[in-house]
Amino acid sequence: MIMATAAGSAGLWYLSRASGLVLLALFSAVVVLGVAIRTGSAPRGWPRFAVAELHRTLSLFAVALLALHVVTAMLDPFVTIGWAATLLPFLSPYRTLAIGLGTLAVDLAGAVLVTSLARRRLGQRAWRAVHWLAYLAWPAAFLHSLTAGGDLGIWWVALVEIGSGVAVSTAVLVRLIGRARGGPRYPRSAVRTS
Amino acid sequence: MKTAEQSPWLAAGRAAAELPRLLPGRCGDGPVSLAGHLARHGRLPVIGRGTGHRRRLIAEIGRAGLSGRGGAAFPTARKLATVAAARRTPVVIANGTEGEPASAKDKVLLAQAPHLVLDGAVLAAELVGARQAIVVVHGAVREPVDDAVAERRRARYDRVPVRVLTAAGRFVAGEASALVNWVGHGIPAPTAVPPRVSERGLGGRPTLVQNVETLAHLALIVRHGAPWFRSLGTPTEPGSVLVTVIGAVREPGVYETGLGTPTGDVLALAGGPAVPLAALLIGGYSGAWVPYPAAAGRPFSAAGLRPAGASPGAGLLAAMPADACGLAETARVARYLAAESAGQCGPCVFGLGSIAAELEALAAGRPADPGQLERWLGQADGRGACHHPDGAVRMIRSALEVFAAETAEHARGWCRGTRPAGVLPVPPQAPR
Amino acid sequence: MSARLRVDPIACEARGLCAEILPEMITLDDWGYPLIGGADVPADLYAEASEAVRLCPRLALRLDGPDREPPAPLAS
Repeated sequence: MIMATAAGSAGLWYLSRASGLVLLALFSAVVVLGVAIRTGSAPRGWPRFAVAELHRTLSLFAVALLALHVVTAMLDPFVTIGWAATLLPFLSPYRTLAIGLGTLAVDLAGAVLVTSLARRRLGQRAWRAVHWLAYLAWPAAFLHSLTAGGDLGIWWVALVEIGSGVAVSTAVLVRLIGRARGGPRYPRSAVRTS
Repeated sequence: MKTAEQSPWLAAGRAAAELPRLLPGRCGDGPVSLAGHLARHGRLPVIGRGTGHRRRLIAEIGRAGLSGRGGAAFPTARKLATVAAARRTPVVIANGTEGEPASAKDKVLLAQAPHLVLDGAVLAAELVGARQAIVVVHGAVREPVDDAVAERRRARYDRVPVRVLTAAGRFVAGEASALVNWVGHGIPAPTAVPPRVSERGLGGRPTLVQNVETLAHLALIVRHGAPWFRSLGTPTEPGSVLVTVIGAVREPGVYETGLGTPTGDVLALAGGPAVPLAALLIGGYSGAWVPYPAAAGRPFSAAGLRPAGASPGAGLLAAMPADACGLAETARVARYLAAESAGQCGPCVFGLGSIAAELEALAAGRPADPGQLERWLGQADGRGACHHPDGAVRMIRSALEVFAAETAEHARGWCRGTRPAGVLPVPPQAPR
Repeated sequence: MSARLRVDPIACEARGLCAEILPEMITLDDWGYPLIGGADVPADLYAEASEAVRLCPRLALRLDGPDREPPAPLAS
């Protein structure tokens, strides 16, 4: 019985960590796509609306995966996090800082999500002001993945971590350079429309 | 300042003593004081606090047929009624910004008869139930208006407080939503127009924006009644109007005349053409060009000018001499209008800029593409948040039509103009 | 009963997504800004029009009922 519990708990543990890693990759892709929308870039032959749709679709998928990630971590009997800590950061008795960063990321990303779903009602200005929080949510998630996750010895974990870091840093750099140059210019879409 | 007594049309049947109504009889004496104003016009009637009296007065203004003198000619009584009927307490803004560089009528009115305008502003506030009247004036006439307001305050003359502000000095700053934006946020740029400012304007309140000349007429209508107002002008466009006459006339200036006066007679008020004329620019820099001999016979009214593709607009008549280059003048104005875009809407910013560049090439005899020019005119027209690009397109299209012969001559490398460009005043570019 | 498609020219920044989604009704002018041909949206294009409205990054497109008033006149 204890063995079964231990095996089940190990399953939850691996599921939580695996979903966390995939989440990091997804979240990073969402941020990169968001920057692509803002700068008017698109892969060769892709219409811009496809980039916008992908950004939206991936972020919704990430929400589903996030639910899995949080629930499996909570249900794990070997680790006490406490339900309050899923909503309010830095309340977990187990690895307070590491988990707290994750909760912070969830809170910030949650605000971005809710405002995006209600974007038309809120209006452009309010929506945009909250959307900036994404640039805080991602570093929180990234640091959470390093401190609560670790496992950098495993080569494919390190690959995802480094890849995500590089991808988002590059995107942010592009965004900042574009801003310094006086705002993005939008070249005609690569897809012929007329 | 000539009176209309010299006009043969007016001598034919109207009482010569009717004019001038708004402007004092003699110019050069400085602004009329409060005492002088009361001596000439009498006191404003006291408006009862109840809505019944207000409604009757608005109805009288409706019977008088007063329409806006700022360019759009919207029926004033209808605007008053809309704002008065609103649930929230409205605000009144008197528009004396006169962003049109060639026009001077609002400045002259404010400088010489500020009390008439202030009467109208306060009256409008009382009619719509507003608790203050804001008067936004061109910088050049800020002082006489401040003095007049101070005079009234000392005499405790007004039941509604009056606040004076200086205009931003930009061309589009006189547009209703831009004016509200200026007063409220210090940004002289138009805003997206649903909702209209008469529904939601300054501070979210229904806002009555009215040109200062319209308010001056208002102040006289409530004293003398609708039949008096209608004794000048035409049955569909009653009343008098201030016209700025500039260019190649003997005595450029601001004159008052009845609507419907033949345009040639209005030029005669200003001493008539100083040299042979090629065309008139009518209405303003957003108005339209009309060839001269044809223009002279047209009544100066919306109905009279419509067949010629023009309208009284902001009351400008610019006389273009035959020895000037109409294309060069138009190109200068087009460049000015492009620079005066608020810069918020792509089709206006890019469209007017490209159009101005093409016109400059045309005027300078460089190769220009008329097909491209027409394409851009079509793409700029009606595609901004305000009517700035529309007005520019209208003016430029009329220029291309009126100066078609000149365009052909320029394409062949010669210009009939011998006078350097500068008949139409264009201020130096404002720093952005 | 058809709906009207309108662009807010101040919010619009020539991103171009709308012209990709609804090329039947929206073309781009020489500077990349949308030209809406015939503001009334036919029933078979309503879904695409809604999508264009939803995806505009600047929320510059609106789909209104047929009873909205046109913008007010310019000067006063």
